[in-house]
Amino acid sequence: MADHISSSGESHGSVGSYLTGFVLAVILTVASFGLVMSHAMSPAGTGGAIALLAVVQIVVHLIYFLHMNGSSEQRWNVMAFVFTVLSVLVLVAGTMFIMHDTAINMMSR
Amino acid sequence: MAQNMTADAAHAHDEHHESPVVFGFWLYLMTDCIIFGTLFAVFAVLRDQFAGGPTGHEVFELSGVGIETAILLFSSITYGFGMIAAHENKVSTMRTWLGVTFLLGLGFLFMEIREFSHMIAEGNGPDRSAFLSAFFTLVGTHGLHVTCGLLWMAVLLFQTAGKTELNERMIGKLTCLSLFWHFLDIVWICVFTFVYLMSVI
Repeated sequence: MADHISSSGESHGSVGSYLTGFVLAVILTVASFGLVMSHAMSPAGTGGAIALLAVVQIVVHLIYFLHMNGSSEQRWNVMAFVFTVLSVLVLVAGTMFIMHDTAINMMSR
Repeated sequence: MAQNMTADAAHAHDEHHESPVVFGFWLYLMTDCIIFGTLFAVFAVLRDQFAGGPTGHEVFELSGVGIETAILLFSSITYGFGMIAAHENKVSTMRTWLGVTFLLGLGFLFMEIREFSHMIAEGNGPDRSAFLSAFFTLVGTHGLHVTCGLLWMAVLLFQTAGKTELNERMIGKLTCLSLFWHFLDIVWICVFTFVYLMSVI
């Protein structure tokens, strides 16, 4: 977090912050592939675990590569992003719910 | 309120922070998120509709996906190094990193096209089943974005050729492309997790 305190480079990152993000991303990616390839957990458990790892990796990318933070100049970026995430969640969850319900009622599955 | 915002904007400009152009581009990326969200929703609905065709387990090669993932991740950090050089006004260093990023992006695209043509040659094209239609649409759209990013990168490399320093406008263009490129990497996280890995569990 030292790069956030330093006088310059806070909005476009430093070599250190990029490397930190890169190492974290590599660890999370390898963990995802490793979990699936090793069959270490049950299918349902693996699915949940890699979904969680993906969410964590997205946050890592947002912070270290896209430089999102809580500062005032970022406020509108973050607000737009939060609204978009909400829209996408409604879109994806809503679609899956409706189509699943339809499939059951139409007995197509 | 309005005064505060103007003051904030002026302050941001003085300190070479977010310009309105970059914020506008950010809003475009948010709409792009909705496009990908829609395509992911389509894939989630159609992922079990094999129509007697192959399942994801039979057509996906995880080793290739792993290499593609590694290439995109490396290209993210090389573009990041390019941006650091750009902010320090080191034009030739920036161009070198951008060139490396371009080659990595080209490598990714090459692998994806090879995977697609391989699948189509085996008769598992987008017309085989709803599952494959959704797969080709989603991953193809991502590939199309990468192609656009590469074209854009080539244009910026051309525009910065022979320059000794970068003006504010050029930094803005480079920043927008960096957001675009990192955004594509985030979309790819969802692709390899929810499309490839989830299909072979």
